[in-house]
Amino acid sequence: MTWLTWRQSRIQFVTAAIALVVLALAYGLTGAGLNHLYALYGSHPAEFLAQVRTGSYPLLYFAGGAVMYLAPLIIGAFWGAPLIARELEAGTHKLAWNQSVTRTRWLLVKLAIGGGAAMAFAGIAGLLLTWWAGPIDRAGGFPVGTSQLSKFEPMVFGTRGIVPIGAAALAFTIGMCAGLLLRRVIPAMAVTLGLFAGLLVAMPLVVSPHLITPAQYTRPVTVSLTTMAMTGSGEISDPVTNMPGAWILTDQIITKSGSVFALPDVPACQTGTQAQCDAWLAAQPLRQHLVYQPASRYWTYQLLETLIWLALAVLLASLTLRRIKAVLFHDREDFCPRFGGKSLRDHAGCRRG
Amino acid sequence: MNTDIEPPDIRTPVVETPVIETRGLGKRYRGRPALTECTLSIPAGSVTGLVGPNGAGKSTFLNLVTGMLAPSAGTIRVLGSAPAAQLAKVGFVAQDTPTYAGMSIADHFRLGAHLNPAWDQGYASARISRLDLDPKQKAGRLSGGQRAQLALTMAIAKRPELLILDEPVAALDPLARRGFLDDLTEAARTRQLSVVLSSHLVSDLDRACDWLIVLTGGRVRAAGPIRHLLAAHPGMTTEDMVLSYLEKTS
Repeated sequence: MTWLTWRQSRIQFVTAAIALVVLALAYGLTGAGLNHLYALYGSHPAEFLAQVRTGSYPLLYFAGGAVMYLAPLIIGAFWGAPLIARELEAGTHKLAWNQSVTRTRWLLVKLAIGGGAAMAFAGIAGLLLTWWAGPIDRAGGFPVGTSQLSKFEPMVFGTRGIVPIGAAALAFTIGMCAGLLLRRVIPAMAVTLGLFAGLLVAMPLVVSPHLITPAQYTRPVTVSLTTMAMTGSGEISDPVTNMPGAWILTDQIITKSGSVFALPDVPACQTGTQAQCDAWLAAQPLRQHLVYQPASRYWTYQLLETLIWLALAVLLASLTLRRIKAVLFHDREDFCPRFGGKSLRDHAGCRRG
Repeated sequence: MNTDIEPPDIRTPVVETPVIETRGLGKRYRGRPALTECTLSIPAGSVTGLVGPNGAGKSTFLNLVTGMLAPSAGTIRVLGSAPAAQLAKVGFVAQDTPTYAGMSIADHFRLGAHLNPAWDQGYASARISRLDLDPKQKAGRLSGGQRAQLALTMAIAKRPELLILDEPVAALDPLARRGFLDDLTEAARTRQLSVVLSSHLVSDLDRACDWLIVLTGGRVRAAGPIRHLLAAHPGMTTEDMVLSYLEKTS
């Protein structure tokens, strides 16, 4: 079985190995330079981050993130989905499952080797990028506008630490399971991409924030349109700078009563200068209200999300193991070929449906 | 009950465990019967033809023999134990004889060697060279007949006691069909194989089989050695006889 698994998936194995070598070269070589920069400027994060914004670092930073998000999608669609679907589509499962090895064992070996390789690939790539981006993360994250992308931000979180291992395992099993249920490679690939992308979006939006009750923080604030941005609906957002490494869930300016503050129609702000408006705002008893996951919960979150992905993967794998036993070798006939030169359609028993 | 059902053959002495033995075997799909009251005993060493029109229950019968379906009624024993309990002892050649298009003949044999403890590489290699096939050739480039031969070679090299073939020659031209069936009967004789073969073509079965099962409407209409069945239908060819079984039930 090991030989067969290798023989059938060697393109995937070799592609993954080449991708790892390319990543190791690109990030290994530039990572040394980045660490050197951090050693020079580390005590002045602003200086360091200004340097990080130059040269190839932004490209490498965002390309690395893209690689970590694309990897599980590719693994699921091009490795997981064809695993069973390609056999069913070509009918070769009838050959494979009629050797002396049960289909349960056939699937377990494919799952262990394929899934294991996918997890190893994602794990190594993830740790490599985590190491590379380490100095940037320690400086509070990559600068974007007036804010920074901390490693706890949803966009970055899934590309760091151990989460990619769980994501790869889940994408692989989604593909495998979809392939068995849909019996066609292309639909299975499409469903895998759609479902996994949906889960990637749903996790930080719906699930993650509530895994641990978020912390809250309120402080009096002086709002100023000179330093703060205003949304179209008149709400003010004040970038959080005093909580490095935290995951900010909500950042609102609230009034004394606790409701969200929206800039009202006051003459000072409608017809006055910006200074007059700021002066009016300064007189308001406004507070900044934060709902957030503190930086100290980062690794708890890494563990929780990885475990959720792995648990879903185990669930799908066991479903696949159960359902694979129900695949028949002889589909019930739905056509009436010829019999001894005469059509059997006219004979008893040859009834459709 | 249909009174035309052939009585079980009592003249064939059964010395070994029957390869397939069923008692009152039945299968229903959502209440609709696909196979009803099937009782038969196929002796070891026979080459059995399973014949009948579509919807007759052939596929249901083969699914029950390979253990893919569980019976709704009755019992079935394959090589003396539950179906699918002895994967290594039952060979199966599926309809359309699927092979891996991207893998060479040699790769297929490597697959067979890795996945079967009793794999007979000597037999496989000898058979392929006798068929004038290049082991380095990709299965996707073989003709339909050659692919069927590769599938048959793999199934025999596994050294099964029972070999099941589901419409193996349906897609082959007459010449390739004859070659395939001759090879099959020869292998059955020289390697002490029992064979169950389903087909639509009575001429195929006439050539290869010594045992016959006629199925229509989910019921066994006749089961026994062909020469005994023919003895009860004097002057008839096998094809005429099978058609008469089918017409009686229509």
